[in-house]
Amino acid sequence: MPEKRKLVVSFAPFWHNGNRVTDRSLQILLAATPAALFGVYRFGFSALAVLALSVSSAVLWELAFTRVAKRPVSVGDGTAAVIGLMFGMMLPASLPWWAVITGTFIAIVVARQIYGGIGSNPFNPAAVAVAILMLAWKQRMDFDAALVNYAFDFSAAFPLSAVKAFGTGAIKELSYVDLFIGRQVGGIGSVCGVALLAGGIYLILRGVIRWEIPVSFLAGVAITAAVFHAADPLKFASPAFHLLTGLTLFGAFFLSTEDASSPVNFVPMLIFGAVAGAIAVFIRNIGVFAEGLVFAILVGNLIQPLLDKIRPNALGKVK
Amino acid sequence: MTMMRSKTFFGMGQPRLEYTPVPARIDRPESIRPAGRVTLLHPRPPEANAIPSVKVGETVKSGQKLSLYGKGDYVTSSVSGAVSALEPFPGSFVRNFTAISITPAPEEVPDDGLRAVHQDPSLASALDFLDAAPGMPGLQRLNDADRPLKTLVVCGVDQDLLVFTQQYVLGARGHDIQNGIRALQKISGIGEVVILTRREAVQGYGGHSVGRVMGVDHRYPSAKPQLVMANLFGREVPAGRTCEDLGYCFMSAEAVASIGAAFSTGRVPVNKLITVIPKDGVPHLVETPVGTPVGDILNRFGAAVGAGDRIVAGGPMQGTALFSLDYPVQPDTDALLVLDAAAAANISDYPCINCGECIRVCPARIQINLLVRYLEAGKYADAEESYDLNSCVECGLCSYVCVSKIPILQYIVLAKHELARMRSTEPLNA
Repeated sequence: MPEKRKLVVSFAPFWHNGNRVTDRSLQILLAATPAALFGVYRFGFSALAVLALSVSSAVLWELAFTRVAKRPVSVGDGTAAVIGLMFGMMLPASLPWWAVITGTFIAIVVARQIYGGIGSNPFNPAAVAVAILMLAWKQRMDFDAALVNYAFDFSAAFPLSAVKAFGTGAIKELSYVDLFIGRQVGGIGSVCGVALLAGGIYLILRGVIRWEIPVSFLAGVAITAAVFHAADPLKFASPAFHLLTGLTLFGAFFLSTEDASSPVNFVPMLIFGAVAGAIAVFIRNIGVFAEGLVFAILVGNLIQPLLDKIRPNALGKVK
Repeated sequence: MTMMRSKTFFGMGQPRLEYTPVPARIDRPESIRPAGRVTLLHPRPPEANAIPSVKVGETVKSGQKLSLYGKGDYVTSSVSGAVSALEPFPGSFVRNFTAISITPAPEEVPDDGLRAVHQDPSLASALDFLDAAPGMPGLQRLNDADRPLKTLVVCGVDQDLLVFTQQYVLGARGHDIQNGIRALQKISGIGEVVILTRREAVQGYGGHSVGRVMGVDHRYPSAKPQLVMANLFGREVPAGRTCEDLGYCFMSAEAVASIGAAFSTGRVPVNKLITVIPKDGVPHLVETPVGTPVGDILNRFGAAVGAGDRIVAGGPMQGTALFSLDYPVQPDTDALLVLDAAAAANISDYPCINCGECIRVCPARIQINLLVRYLEAGKYADAEESYDLNSCVECGLCSYVCVSKIPILQYIVLAKHELARMRSTEPLNA
C-alpha cells in the first residue's frame, strides 16, 4: 500500500485548450500594432505621445478603480491596455493630454468598470469615450481643424468631411489605392487600410474575433453606400470610398468585434454587423457628423440583447 | 508529456478532439490482482437501527451477492475471502455508501447461486445476480412496465477521450456479447438491437447476425447517448427526459458481455477491464477484480504519484477525481488517468467575457454565455426554464474551451443536482 499523499480533487474536465484572456489581449495589441505604427510614421511624435498616454492612462485608471472599489486587480489581463490603444487609434494626433486622459477615464471607469468590469460592459468602451469627446470637444475631434498645422504630400482634407460639404466632386482626385495605403487624414491608427485589414484577418485566423461581424459590417457599409451612390452619385460617395475612409476598417475589425458588447450566435452576428455598418453610412450621408461610425457601433451594442434572443433551438428543447 | 491538448495556432476552427481507438500493440489485458484487500461500495449508507446481513469475519465467495440491508440493492463480491470491515463511505453529490472490505483467501471459491438457474435466463435471475456486474448493466431499467423498451443499444464505443475499454470488449468478446444480446432479448422482450462501433469498424465487425451495426463519428462527443439518438436514430430526447423514455436502452458492451458470460457459464463475472493511462501517457489495458484499490493498479506501472497530482476515474473530459489511492475500482470504472499537478487544468474566478467559444463547441446548442450567468447567481430554476439547462449532455467541451476558465460543467451538474434535490424535498416542505 503506497504511503498517504495528498491528491488534488477537482471537477471534470481535466483538460483545457490553454486559451487565456491575456493571450487574446496580446493578440489584439499585436494585430493593431502595424496600423498604430503607421499612424506614428504619418503623424509624428505627437501621435506616439497620444497613443502612449492613452494606453498608460487606461491601465492606470483600471488599476486605480479596482483598488478603490476593492476589486481583484485586473490590469494583468491586458484588456485595459487594449481599450486604451483602441481609443488612442481613433484620435487626431493633436489631441491635448487632458482630453486623452478624460477619454480613457470615460472608457475604463464609466463605460466598463461601473457596469461590472470585464465582460459586463454593454457598450464598446473605446467607442463610448470617442462619442463623448466628439460631443464635448467638437473642434478638437474634427480632423480638419485638429490637423491644420500638418503639412502632407496629399490632400490634407478629411475625406468624409470633404464629400459631406462639397459632394463627390471634392474627392474625385483621391485614388482608392492612396486611401488604402494610408495617404489620407484621419485618426492615428485608422488611416492605413492595408494594415488594419492585415490585423483583422490575423485576428480572424487566430480565432480571437468572429469573422461574421466584420464581414457583415463591411457588407452593411458597402450595400448602404451603393444604394445612396446609385440614388445620387454627385452627392454620395461610392461604396469603395466609404470602405477605405474614416473608421470603417478599424470599426469593422477592432470596434464591432469587442466581445462583451457583440452577439455570439450566427444570425445575430450578421444582423449586428449589417445594422451597425448601414447606420454608419446613414450618419455619414444624411446625419450631422461627417464620421459618426462610433455612434453606429453604439446603436449595434444597444440592440445586442434583443439580437441574442434569436438563437438556435437547444437539443431536445421542449417548445 | 503534457496531457493537455492545445488549440492550434490558427484557432478559428473548433477543437478536434477525437476518441482513441484500441492501440495496435494491445492484444490482451494485463491481469492485476489486489495486493491486499478489496473494497466494494454498497449503494446504501449504514443505517443506525438496521443490522447488516453480512458481518465482519464472515467468509464470502467470489460472485456472491452481498445485500447488506435486504432492500434489493447489492454488490457482488469479486473475490473469495473474509469480510474485514464495514464502514460508511462518502461519495460525491451526497451519495453515501457502505464500504465492504474483503481480504482475499488464497483459494478462489465461486458462488453457485446463479448456476442453478442460468440455463433458463429470466429477468428475475438477472436482477438477482447481475445488477452489479462489471460494466454496470442497469437492469432495473428493464423492469419498468410503465416504460417499455423497444431497442437495445450496445455501446461498443467509449464515452470519453483516451479510453478504449468498451471498444476492446466489442472486438475481443464477440461471443459473450452475442450471448448477452440473446439473453437480454429473451428476458426483456426487446426486439431491435443496435450495436455501436467506430465508424470505420462497421464493415469489419462480425456482429451483424444479432443486431444492426452502426458507426459513431470519431469526433468527441458523438458517442453521448443523447447525440447518438439525435444523429443516428433521428430522435431528439426532449430536454429533461431520458433515452429510456423513448424506448431506447443504452448498455455498455462490457455489461452485455457480462450478462452473456454469466448465463452461459453460470458464474457471475467479477473482473473489470480498465484503460490505465499513467503520467507518461502510454496507455495499458488492465483486467482486475472490482474493488481493487486504484493504488494497486498504478503501482504495477511504477506510476509515481506525487502530492498535488490528480487521479481520475474515467477520462479527461468527464471523469471523477479521486481523493485517495485506496479508492476501489467500480463496476463502471472504464479508465484510470494520472495527471501531473502541472498538466491538469485549473479554474479561475474570472467572469464570462462573452467570447462565444463555448457556443461554437456546444453539441446541444445551448446559450452557455447566458446560462452561466444564471448558474453563477444560483438561479437554477430560471436556468432550467429559459436557458436549456436540461439539454446539456455534460460533455465538458464548454469548460475545455473557456478562456475565463469558468467551471461551467461543474455549475451545470451542481444545478441539476440542486434542482433534483429541491424537487425531492418539496412535498415534505409543502
